[in-house]
Amino acid sequence: MNSCPDLLEILNGVPHGIALLDQDLNIIGMNRFLEALTGYSGEEAHGIHYDYVLRSNFWKNNQFLRQAEETGLACSTEGDILGLNRKKIPVRFTATPILAPNSGQGEQAAMVLVLEDITTIQETLDRAKEPGPTKGLLGHSPKMQEVFELLPILAHTDSSVLITGETGTGKDILAEAIHHASKRGKHPFIKVNCGALPESLLESELFGHVRGAFTGAHADKHGMFQLAQGGTIFLTEIGDLPLPLQVKLLTVLDDREFFPLGSQKKVKVDVRLITGTHRDLRKMVGEGGFREDLFFRLNVLRVHLPPLRERDGDARLLIDHFLQMFAANFNKNIKKLSPQALQRLTSYRYPGNIRELRNIIEYGVNICRGEVIELDHLPPYVLAETVLTETVLTETENSAPAALKNEHPFPANKSVHENAQATQTTTSRPKEIPDNTANWSDIERQNILEALTQTGGNRSEAAKLLAWGRTTLWRKIKEYKLA
Amino acid sequence: MKILITLHNNDIAPRFDLTTEVLIARIVRGKISGEPRTILLPGPSSDELCSLAIKEEVSLVICGGIEDAHFQYLNWKKIEVIDRIIGSAKEALTLAIAKTLQPGAIIWTRPDRSTTP
Repeated sequence: MNSCPDLLEILNGVPHGIALLDQDLNIIGMNRFLEALTGYSGEEAHGIHYDYVLRSNFWKNNQFLRQAEETGLACSTEGDILGLNRKKIPVRFTATPILAPNSGQGEQAAMVLVLEDITTIQETLDRAKEPGPTKGLLGHSPKMQEVFELLPILAHTDSSVLITGETGTGKDILAEAIHHASKRGKHPFIKVNCGALPESLLESELFGHVRGAFTGAHADKHGMFQLAQGGTIFLTEIGDLPLPLQVKLLTVLDDREFFPLGSQKKVKVDVRLITGTHRDLRKMVGEGGFREDLFFRLNVLRVHLPPLRERDGDARLLIDHFLQMFAANFNKNIKKLSPQALQRLTSYRYPGNIRELRNIIEYGVNICRGEVIELDHLPPYVLAETVLTETVLTETENSAPAALKNEHPFPANKSVHENAQATQTTTSRPKEIPDNTANWSDIERQNILEALTQTGGNRSEAAKLLAWGRTTLWRKIKEYKLA
Repeated sequence: MKILITLHNNDIAPRFDLTTEVLIARIVRGKISGEPRTILLPGPSSDELCSLAIKEEVSLVICGGIEDAHFQYLNWKKIEVIDRIIGSAKEALTLAIAKTLQPGAIIWTRPDRSTTP
């Protein structure tokens, strides 16, 4: 394969992983796509049995390869491989034997193994099993209809898209929907949160590095831009991108090429960029926190996702959708919400938007033991807002002192019912009204902290207090970065 | 310290979650103490393997591919994981004792048919 650069170039242009195997199923060569998936170069993998490199789940049972060998015909099967990022990637394997020329007996010379990433197909199938539309976007309100009308236009073009909107409005889902509806839909969709990593790591994550570029860079690593080759990269929280990286991103957008960290060799990429942020980028430009030239480059096509409180009637639609979804997922026979609970949820302001609504319904479905979700099955902070509103109407505007916002709205050592009652009891004492602006994550985080404080840091005891398993507590600690 | 290596024949198993055999070696003052133990597991399970590593008070796990959840879990349990290793378990053990084994390392002499999975 190395002696045939034209063939390698052709295989590099195919958007699937391809390995060429010898008669003993050892690797002769791999295309660039497979190199990115496995983290090994074709040169490194040369001569090694394919399964040590691919890490597939049919490791001990490669029937389809034997079948391909015996019949001389292409055979396919589905399975998964463990990718470089330690994630399972669902894959369709197709093995095609190559017969030696002039062998007469149909003697096999090599085998071509094609790995097609079927993550999208699997997700679509999974979503098809869920009630509701497959694209994950729901809404009947005029503002959402405007977004839906824009979707085909955004998918048809290859220009950069900037999606703005408050947290929890569905920016990620819209970006993915644009990608899947576009001509790049069969290629990778890579999402990177610019606010999740420090500057040095983010640069390596986006653009990759070569061995020895910095301490700990033991091997070459492809960046997300390279992994998204032919597809779409979605940079969420673009407003948090550090200024030095903004310059590099601008260069990539202009030239479609860049230098990985520590590399002397330019890498060309063909990637569509979609960005998302909850920040006001124009204001950031004015304050010097965001480059104006990059802002203009990103702001080619702009979509604003409205907050849930501005989407007339959509809250009801989403409540029904999530209720059906979670009831089915948790095997519960919940049919509806009581009129009082429904009235409360349709009049709530949802500072965390759809994410918050989803969490509230998930909470209600978990707590409810009957067929109807009642008012006291809703999280106390949702009820607290009613209390606050009523109190504000009767008392002065300063009746909810900020100092009391620290009071925990949902103590870990009380049952949910007790908490709901406790919250309702505060009607007559506005000073004890909890912070109703906190979203569910904040409350859960606070719960964990309190449980850990109460148990003197003993995680087993804290898990018991929270009625969780130790693994769940560990996962939540990681999630909220409390470790 | 103890080192656990996921096994397939004499090589490192390609996948942690499909491993049914492990080698556990005790290292004292930079040398293998006693005969390394080989343990056959009742079936492949990442969770069981993690439990075994904790129960055996292992300090280092050497394996092929491992899912991120289990990698993070072991790290949280203060067990170092060197993953994506390809090659002979014995060789990997020697390199690990010398502290020169890196994630993604290929320690390989071209295999013959009998050593392939």
